[in-house]
Amino acid sequence: MSYKQRIDNRGFDETRPIEAKVGVIKRADGSAMFRIGNTLAYAAVYGPRNLHPKFMQDPQTGILRCNYNMMPFSSSGERVRPGGSRRSKEISLVTEKALLPVLNLEDYPNSVVDVFIELPETEAGSRCAGICAASMALADAGLDMRDLVSAVSVGRVDDKMVVDLDYSEESYPDGPVADIPVAMMPGSGKITLLQMDGEVSKEQLKEALEMAKKACLQIYEVQKKALKEKYHEVE
Amino acid sequence: MSGITVNEKDIAVPGEVLGTGMDILPGMGTYREGDRIMAGRLGLVMLEGRTIKLIPMSGRYMPKIGDTIICKVIDVGFNGWRLDTNSAYSAMLSMKDATSDFIARGANLTQYYDLGEHIVCKIANVTSQKLIDVTMKGPGLRKLKGGRIIEVSTHKVPRIIGKQGSMVMMIKDATQCNITVGQNGLVWIEGSPVNEMRAINAIRKIEKESHLSGLTEKIKSFLETSQQVN
Amino acid sequence: MFKELRTHIVTLLNNQTRLDGRKATEYRSPISIEYGVIKTAEGSARVKIGETEVLVGVKLEVGEPYPDSPGEGTIIVGAELLPLSSPDYELGPPGIKAIELARVVDRGIRESKALDFKKLCIEHGKSIWMVVIDICPINDAGNLFDAASLGAIAALKNTKYPAYNGEKVDYKNKTDKQMQLEKVPIAVTVIKIDNNFIVDPDTEEEKVIDARLTVSSMEDGTLCALQKGGDQPLTQDEISQMLDIGIEKAKELRAYLK
Repeated sequence: MSYKQRIDNRGFDETRPIEAKVGVIKRADGSAMFRIGNTLAYAAVYGPRNLHPKFMQDPQTGILRCNYNMMPFSSSGERVRPGGSRRSKEISLVTEKALLPVLNLEDYPNSVVDVFIELPETEAGSRCAGICAASMALADAGLDMRDLVSAVSVGRVDDKMVVDLDYSEESYPDGPVADIPVAMMPGSGKITLLQMDGEVSKEQLKEALEMAKKACLQIYEVQKKALKEKYHEVE
Repeated sequence: MSGITVNEKDIAVPGEVLGTGMDILPGMGTYREGDRIMAGRLGLVMLEGRTIKLIPMSGRYMPKIGDTIICKVIDVGFNGWRLDTNSAYSAMLSMKDATSDFIARGANLTQYYDLGEHIVCKIANVTSQKLIDVTMKGPGLRKLKGGRIIEVSTHKVPRIIGKQGSMVMMIKDATQCNITVGQNGLVWIEGSPVNEMRAINAIRKIEKESHLSGLTEKIKSFLETSQQVN
Repeated sequence: MFKELRTHIVTLLNNQTRLDGRKATEYRSPISIEYGVIKTAEGSARVKIGETEVLVGVKLEVGEPYPDSPGEGTIIVGAELLPLSSPDYELGPPGIKAIELARVVDRGIRESKALDFKKLCIEHGKSIWMVVIDICPINDAGNLFDAASLGAIAALKNTKYPAYNGEKVDYKNKTDKQMQLEKVPIAVTVIKIDNNFIVDPDTEEEKVIDARLTVSSMEDGTLCALQKGGDQPLTQDEISQMLDIGIEKAKELRAYLK
């Protein structure tokens, strides 16, 4: 058996359709929306702002605090119980680690930059969509950032390496599968998020990371365009 | 110019290459990586000779010594007041800097500035830990009574004030409003209801179109048109 | 804490205007309702009133009926004041504000009998449909009560039943069976500031309210739910005036549901 054609007929290195918009939440200091296929993520940034409780404050730098949350109606199956889960807490953590390397918060001692990511609709690739939205929102909030962060899930379906697995590929029944979320700083190619679920050889992983890099550069173009569009609106 | 790959007034996004060559210099908001100058934030490109700068278009206010700001009293203590500065950091106004009048020890400080009241003050000191001291001693520094306060982007404040205050003066004259602009993005406006609305609309227009040319003329005619409507 | 703001708002109201130039009983514009915006929900809507934006999603679950109503399904309304939507909200379980929002929206739908709970019965005494409505603000610029209530009705209008084989719900297969709305209740929150009544308060106005009355009414003007909030009391005459405004404005808002 070979995975000859993707279930939705995409190219093996093709992402689902992407949509991005910046400045969608007026009360936030920075915000963005990022959609990839049927996965939609909103991100809002508040900060730098006052941080409570005091023991969390760092006198040498501001801290970054990320929260990833799925809305109760966002899963294609049953309702998701509100209040987060161990999974969403872990995603919040790896999201923070994915974004921190591009930020310099030393000019904001004792303060916090809060990033809230909410997903109204998910169908695979949600943590990556959240990171893409969050990185645009951080730039929109006017923070010092040496680069954006772009993210996509790559992986393995049977004998093929693919970009942006959808739900049917994640649960492909007829062969081994690997889901590899990757986040990257597009300017340098440095990787800030890497996780892997499944079975993959070292060579396949290398191939996947190369595909991830190409896809992330494409996503970076979309993020750039969305950021520039917001500020060109009046013209 | 050799090596600079962006134009004045382009919008640059973090990680974008702005120029190449060791003879190009990284200004505010940019950094050097090897022989390339990279955008270090979202900003508007400004070229000064061989230096590339990025002007911020968004971001919260960062307190600076000498800034005149509008603050809200959030706590009244024995020796002074704690103020919300519309930034990540609160400020302290101590008794001795509050007024030229003599305040007796143990006096009830709410008589001077009470919770929820807004004051125009000046930043006297900012430490590396962003502890802020402000003073009320100086021309124009006072408690604000009446009127209303709106929030604008701190980065648009220079455009709202204009060269030597010319823009805000124009709005004041055209609307008969008292207007005080805080560097921290809070603007106090006092006038008739109709005129307050005209002043606010003019300020919002400046915020939206600040990076376009011919702004002064546009605002002038906007104010004239809104005068006729009323 | 907001004395000057309140004084100014009252002055404006006495001059027949508000902070953003509106009249007292004017809603912000534009008001928009988009249906079916979330494919993973059985029904959904996005409501915008001015800059306030709320997403509402409906999920249908199969459960057991309550012992005292063996032939009736039910609704469950949840709301969270997401910290995404405002600098004033923190992470954590729903506080009292969120709980009140959910219960007020619930009351409007339940008491108007907008849904015939008997039609939600699958097998008498054994299984029923539970209609779970979740309210998620995206941007809170004031008046979540009205936006959420409108969103809940719009999401219900848009709801299609998933396939159910008697044992498991197949969420991937939506049937053509549409949720039926017997009535269309609309909530209008009327605010009292000093001697003035306004509707659709924005963020600043919400800081200085004396009292509020959320009025849910149906097409023929019959009231189906009320909720008084705020620290100050209301006279009967004031309540009467606020009810009139609530019923009147409900007709306007209802037109947006078409």
